[in-house]
Amino acid sequence: MSEPKQYCTFYLDDLFFGIDVLMVQEVIKLQDMTNVPLASKVVQGLINLRGQIVTAIDLRRRLELSERPADQEPMNIVIQTDDGAVSLLVDEIGDVLEVTEATLEPPPRTVKGTARELITGVHKLDGCLLLILDTEKAMTVTHNLVAVEA
Amino acid sequence: MGEMDAAIAEFLIESDENLGQVERDLVDMEEAPEQDTLSSIFRAIHTIKGTCAFLGYSKLESLAHTGETLLSLVRDGDLTLSPAITSALLTMVDAIRQMLECIEQGGTDGEEEYQELKVRLTALQTGEITVDQSGTSADHNASNDSPASQETTAHDSEVAESEPVGIVAVESDPAMDEAIGEFLIESDDNLSQVERDLVELEGTPDDNTLSSIFRAIHTIKGTCAFLGYSKLESLAHTGETLLSLIRDGELDLTPPRTSALLTMVDAIRQMLASIETNKHDGSDDYVQLKAQLTALLKEDGGLASLPVPSTSESSAVNPSPPQSQTVDPLPVQSEPSISSGVSAQTSPESVSTVAKNETKSPIQDSKGPSAADSSIRVDVSLLDKLMNMVGELVLTRNQILQCSGTQEDAGLLASSQRLSLITSELQEGIMKTRMQQIGNVWSKFPRVVRDLSLSCGKEIRLEMEGKETELDKTLIEAIKDPLTHLVRNSVDHGVEPPDIREQHGKPREGVLLLRAYHEGGQVNIEITDDGGGINAQRVAEIAVKRGVVTQEQISRMQERELLTLIFLPGFSTAAKVTNVSGRGVGMDVVRTNIEKIGGTIDISTKLGEGTTFKLKVPLTLAIIPALIVTSGGERFAIPQVSLLELVRLEGSAIKKSIEDIHGAPICRLRGNLLPLVHLNKVVQLPPSTLLADDESEVINIVVLQADGARFGLVVDEINDTEEIVVKPLSKQLKGIPVLAGATIMGDGRVALILDVMGLAKRVGLAIEGGEHTHADHLGVNSESSGSRKSLLLIQVGDSGQVAIPLGMVARLEEIPLSTLETAGEQEVIQYRQEILPVIRLSSVLTTYGQSQSSEQETLQLVVISQGHRQVGLAVDRIVDIVEEEVKAQTKSNQPGILCSAIVQERVTDLLDVEEVVGRCQLVPVENSIQEAVGV
Repeated sequence: MSEPKQYCTFYLDDLFFGIDVLMVQEVIKLQDMTNVPLASKVVQGLINLRGQIVTAIDLRRRLELSERPADQEPMNIVIQTDDGAVSLLVDEIGDVLEVTEATLEPPPRTVKGTARELITGVHKLDGCLLLILDTEKAMTVTHNLVAVEA
Repeated sequence: MGEMDAAIAEFLIESDENLGQVERDLVDMEEAPEQDTLSSIFRAIHTIKGTCAFLGYSKLESLAHTGETLLSLVRDGDLTLSPAITSALLTMVDAIRQMLECIEQGGTDGEEEYQELKVRLTALQTGEITVDQSGTSADHNASNDSPASQETTAHDSEVAESEPVGIVAVESDPAMDEAIGEFLIESDDNLSQVERDLVELEGTPDDNTLSSIFRAIHTIKGTCAFLGYSKLESLAHTGETLLSLIRDGELDLTPPRTSALLTMVDAIRQMLASIETNKHDGSDDYVQLKAQLTALLKEDGGLASLPVPSTSESSAVNPSPPQSQTVDPLPVQSEPSISSGVSAQTSPESVSTVAKNETKSPIQDSKGPSAADSSIRVDVSLLDKLMNMVGELVLTRNQILQCSGTQEDAGLLASSQRLSLITSELQEGIMKTRMQQIGNVWSKFPRVVRDLSLSCGKEIRLEMEGKETELDKTLIEAIKDPLTHLVRNSVDHGVEPPDIREQHGKPREGVLLLRAYHEGGQVNIEITDDGGGINAQRVAEIAVKRGVVTQEQISRMQERELLTLIFLPGFSTAAKVTNVSGRGVGMDVVRTNIEKIGGTIDISTKLGEGTTFKLKVPLTLAIIPALIVTSGGERFAIPQVSLLELVRLEGSAIKKSIEDIHGAPICRLRGNLLPLVHLNKVVQLPPSTLLADDESEVINIVVLQADGARFGLVVDEINDTEEIVVKPLSKQLKGIPVLAGATIMGDGRVALILDVMGLAKRVGLAIEGGEHTHADHLGVNSESSGSRKSLLLIQVGDSGQVAIPLGMVARLEEIPLSTLETAGEQEVIQYRQEILPVIRLSSVLTTYGQSQSSEQETLQLVVISQGHRQVGLAVDRIVDIVEEEVKAQTKSNQPGILCSAIVQERVTDLLDVEEVVGRCQLVPVENSIQEAVGV
């Protein structure tokens, strides 16, 4: 029996995700945001977290899910990385769950596209599936820079 | 091994500093041989040798030893310092550097034995001044590689040196004081180590530890001998003798020996303390202790003959708890030992020692921290972190100030004021910790110049001004290479060979001047040579030949612009180009590196008289002045360094000056075409309500300079200039070309910092040689008379038109008359936290008469920047900025006027700015004041 692991869970468009609780620095409400022009749409903007400038990534866009309804205010999950903090924008925050490897399975092959790259495993829980997110990959963003006319 | 690693790291840092000093000193010595300098060189090499021995780098030690021997002969006057010796010693410094690098990378001092070099050094010892390049390596005696025998050789030479040569007289010398300070710190560390080692040895005998103790004591002895502390040296020597026997296995380290050695450590500490307080190793000879140590040389360990009092003497000297622990278990002499403190058995002598100590100690206590305690080496990354945190504190402070401004609570207001003050001071303090003198970089230049000028057969004197100018450590690192490059360039290509110089009627010796000073929150560094100058036309020819620019482009360029061609990448590689143009190897790299840190580089040259490279770099990278603009609803910060001017067009002027070339908007600015770039288009933000090419009323243009290209950035709004704290973007946002970073504004929101160079590249404006706009009015030293000049036209009195070279104008200001104050008799205003003297031009140029408009409430001020000082010239009206071919000059003998010329079909007097500014400096300017007060 392996060590149980704790996950900070959240919802995205009816999907139930989890990330390692040890990576999470804090969870905060939506902040004032500064747009980053030319950046990928995945980057929602920059927030000022007590003097630290944190890049906010919209996980819905990153996972290529449908756009968040305009009236729904996202939450920030601030992840601590070696390169400073990064915030992930999610729909709603769930509980911290403790799971063991007994319930873990690799993501089914039918999961396609970006989701497949970003989900490392699936925990079969009562009544729902907990998708484990590869945070490292989720925080990688590529920008498609289109040439502009002056 | 952790401690060892730390020791090695410290050794590397220290040796690097020492070697730098040695280089400087060696070059100095060539100019003016001085006994002090020589001693300092000797000392540095000796320290390196000693530490190497300690750390077990035998090859390095052997090399240093060879050099040291040679140096000692020179120092004692047996040899004179010939250029051959200097060169050999400098080569040795290089070799040591190389070995140090090996140590840093691989942990060993490398494979290279430097036999040739050692032979050369040895040969020089015998007075044969041969610059030996052959590899005859067998016949020298100094390359003794076994550490043990090396030790003895070193030892012998030091004993010989131990009769100090007139050292006492040197004591008040600052360099000597520094050496002593270093010695004290080092010895303190060493002694602590010895103590620990000795205690450890009692538990587990270990040869390595023994050797390390031996070396530490040996180092102290050596340095004492050098510094002339004979008593201390003699004591250390006695201890060393005992230690050497123990190390060689001839004696065992018995508890009595350990205690005696610990006692010696205490005694040395005592003497060191005495040196620190009164520069003298005390009057106590420690005869008893020495006798005790000598007695212990005998095989039986002198257990019985151990003189009791001396141990207790030590106990009085330094009753440190750890030692009592270790000495306690000794059965034989434990009773009077350290733990017992001042026992009843103390002999008269030791009582007197105790008394002496007691009277002494209060003085020492009041002396404050010792040298060893008052300096500390700090990791730069820690300073970076502190700097970051202070940056955040500043931002928070700004926010609090903003909040508290709206509150009525007096208590809150008062404390936020205090917070503000403290934060500013803290910020200043932290910045200071990161500041380093530019002299640190310059220190290697005497050597560079010497070597290089020797090899090109030139005679060059290096002069430095403003060595103490400070800037941020990261910047120091960043400008090191570009500066070296420029210095090499000036030596190599700038200054002519002596014969040619003579032909041109110049002194044979060329002068290379390095000058650094603060100006307007930036550091200016100038590298000036009095060489042949750069021939702009030749530069142009080559540029065309190499296809960097076209002939047609050249014809439109001013001389200054031609000169900047040498910064183009195409110029950097070919040696041919270098020879002809006189400049150019890697100049593009120099410029790129300087611009990378937000600096600028400028050239001014005069054929036959010399060339000046002027670098402007910011004081620090963390906080920069920036212009805040709004575009597409977002705020952006533009670093002030790339800012040239702001242009605001209104109403009909928009139609008049903005035209369209195949969809590309162009603005006519003083007769030149300025390509326009709409910021919101570049960053793909929605156009604002104030769309430029619509029927809008106002258009704001920020004229920027980047990478040789000049362009106008159209923004919706120009907000303010502000000091911003630069924060890097996270890795998710790296690679977005137009963004240089982000910052937090006073309201807590994030604003992006624009990368002007990236912006120019993105819109295809970056220089490929093609986008030189015509006017380059930065010309502070407009070299060619009769060429086009940018002039600021002003009106003095009711009719007089006067022109000021635009290059001398720092800013134009409009100030309310009410802000005028007087300092002494000089009219001044408070301007950017400084006192700016105000000179009324109408009172200097009296012929124009007084203006009628005395009821004006504001004053037009032209802020002139000259070197360190700024002066405001009050004028009646600012007419225009023109770029004119200055024609028909007639010399004027009117004070304050240089000459007259026709500008825009009007006779215009050219202001003699220096003379006018000079008035404010020298004369107490009574006349201008009296009149001024009358207004």
